[in-house]
Amino acid sequence: MAVRQAGLSETVSLPALSSLPEIVIEPPRGWISLGLKDFFEHRELLYFLMWRDIKIRYKQTVLGAGWAVLQPLLTMVIFSLFFGKLGKMPSDGVPYPIFSFAALVPWHFFAHGLTQSANSLVTSANMIRKVYFPRALMPTAAALAGLVDFVIAFGVLCCLMPIWGLAPDWRILWIPLLLLLAVTTTLGAGLWLAALNTQFRDIRYTLPFITQFWMFATPIAYPSSLLEQPWRSIYGLNPMVGVVEGFRWAMLDSSPSPGFVMVASVMSALVLFVSGLIYFRRMEDSFADVV
Amino acid sequence: MSNFAIEAEDLGKQYYIGRQKLPYRTFRESFAQAVISPFRKLKKVFAGDPHAAANLEEGLWALRHVSFQVRHGEVIGIIGHNGAGKSTLLKVLSRITKPTEGRVRIRGRVGSLLEVGTGFHPELTGRENIYLNGAILGMKRAEIDRKFDEIVTFAETERFLETPVKHYSSGMRVRLAFAVAAHLQPEILLVDEVLAVGDAAFQKKCLGKMGDVASTGRTVLFVSHNMAAITALCSKGLLLSNGRVVSTGPVSEVVKKYLEGMNELCSTDLQDRTDRQGNGRIRFTDVVFLDENERITHAAVTGLPLTIVLGYVGNDDRPVRNVDMDIAFYNPLGQLLFFCKARMACGSFDVLPPWGRISCHIPKFPLSPGRYRFKLWCSVGGHTADRIEDAGVLQVESGDFYGTGNLPTRNPEGIVLVEHSWQVVEDGMRRGEQWVPDSAAVD
Repeated sequence: MAVRQAGLSETVSLPALSSLPEIVIEPPRGWISLGLKDFFEHRELLYFLMWRDIKIRYKQTVLGAGWAVLQPLLTMVIFSLFFGKLGKMPSDGVPYPIFSFAALVPWHFFAHGLTQSANSLVTSANMIRKVYFPRALMPTAAALAGLVDFVIAFGVLCCLMPIWGLAPDWRILWIPLLLLLAVTTTLGAGLWLAALNTQFRDIRYTLPFITQFWMFATPIAYPSSLLEQPWRSIYGLNPMVGVVEGFRWAMLDSSPSPGFVMVASVMSALVLFVSGLIYFRRMEDSFADVV
Repeated sequence: MSNFAIEAEDLGKQYYIGRQKLPYRTFRESFAQAVISPFRKLKKVFAGDPHAAANLEEGLWALRHVSFQVRHGEVIGIIGHNGAGKSTLLKVLSRITKPTEGRVRIRGRVGSLLEVGTGFHPELTGRENIYLNGAILGMKRAEIDRKFDEIVTFAETERFLETPVKHYSSGMRVRLAFAVAAHLQPEILLVDEVLAVGDAAFQKKCLGKMGDVASTGRTVLFVSHNMAAITALCSKGLLLSNGRVVSTGPVSEVVKKYLEGMNELCSTDLQDRTDRQGNGRIRFTDVVFLDENERITHAAVTGLPLTIVLGYVGNDDRPVRNVDMDIAFYNPLGQLLFFCKARMACGSFDVLPPWGRISCHIPKFPLSPGRYRFKLWCSVGGHTADRIEDAGVLQVESGDFYGTGNLPTRNPEGIVLVEHSWQVVEDGMRRGEQWVPDSAAVD
């Protein structure tokens, strides 16, 4: 009882009432803002979520971050064996192993990020039911956490290149922009799938097929020069085509300059991202009720 | 500008609950349904219906026409039965879920504590979890840095800071989680029944901490079933029933109204009760009390045998396996006095018929005269099948507990009676030396 009376007498360290932020909670209606301001205000939580995903990714594994190296490396070995050696796949005049590895580095970032962010809301269902934060933080953090793996794998690429007598030139400066394109694509597809996954657990089971299918629709094991021109630009509507071709062009000087393909890829990546964000925001209010 | 911290106007929240569909008649029909329904659902998906996949048909208003105001610095207890809408109200206020209608204006930073330890990751260490959990609850990094030592001291887990939380005991985990939450200092704090965790000593510490928070002029909304805690912490009360505000005002009046309402509720038949939890594998149908002569009685007598007969019915005609039941008695303030659990006393029931009755025998009823609420619970195969929080009220009459003809009266002599005896110690007359019992004397 003493507690209660004390409460009325001493009012400690509260800001003036007029300076307090005001929130209005209303039923969702029609079109809503993209919530970017709210997102920005929670950037520290984004950082913590990324940091968590990175920390726990290789916990209780023997090889730890070695997996970030091994995954693309082993895939490269398998590809070189089956497509390069046995399949005699053309590789634009570059040794096949490095040809496929340059594509696998951004691809692994994308495929892993997509899977993680698509599952992020469902695996953190409990947080969503108990705490408020902009929900888009979850798939974003899950996708961005893959950047660490990307950097490691990219380092491996740089180490492998001299083996075949290759060295990157000034075009390596394009890599950050190409990475941005990969991030945009990952987030766009990740937002779509994460939002859908809250209601349709079907997504969880289709994910392996989505990534596998997407991989064959992207010139990783084969060069896009297998396609003739009008088709190649249309092919570029898969934004990962732009990313992969860009990587090969910037690092290996193999593919022709991506030009039209790149324009198509950037456009479709933006469409994917913006539509994903809008769909996500539309469904966001129901996450806590359905997840 | 008004100085309300929270202003809710005509708030409503509708949930969609799954309705049991009629059983399919033929294989052909059910096959056709299985083929067609995914297409129907897909149609709903593209129409942007958020509940497309879950077969959700009927709406249920968890909150309706809820309007209230909270001034800055007020500490309000939200009271109500299970399913009255308390948790939904907190979820709407903390922006976890959107209301279906109405509007709330909130002035100030809101911190909500609907669960202790949300987002704890078992693989991370204590230190890492403090930062992660703090950030999830809405603390800034600098704020956590500043309060870090305080949090660790409060949780009493200094030695295990660098140990992954998965190696913590459940008690330690709860302490750490509450310590983080207790140091959250927004202007408005929403707290849901989180004090019901940890051991008694820690609960007391938590209550003290809650009192501190309340006394710093912060606005607190506090949900609990523990009326003692509510009356101790809150100045005002808000009573919810079936999603509507039934009463607001000084906390003592609202608590009284709640307790009165409970007595009415308890006289209803269990079959019609909707405020129950569990998966429904079996449901309680009725409770009958039998006196020492196996006759139906409406009041137990202190010190005499009492038999409680619980009727149940399963949701299909198969026998039920591995069943556990318990009945728990509470005083009017909601404090647990004792409970009888089948698994503890004589093991779970391996197989029970799909419907029937189970009886629990208490050879010497230990509560002093008064009215006590009881809770019923049962599980099948380890999963809660039915739980009715305020299942009923048992009237207890005075009886000759000690067999001496001295009848115990109502409190304050204590609620629980214990069998005991008094005696003069034979050789207790020696003076000036420490007394040892004969059995311990060595010669």
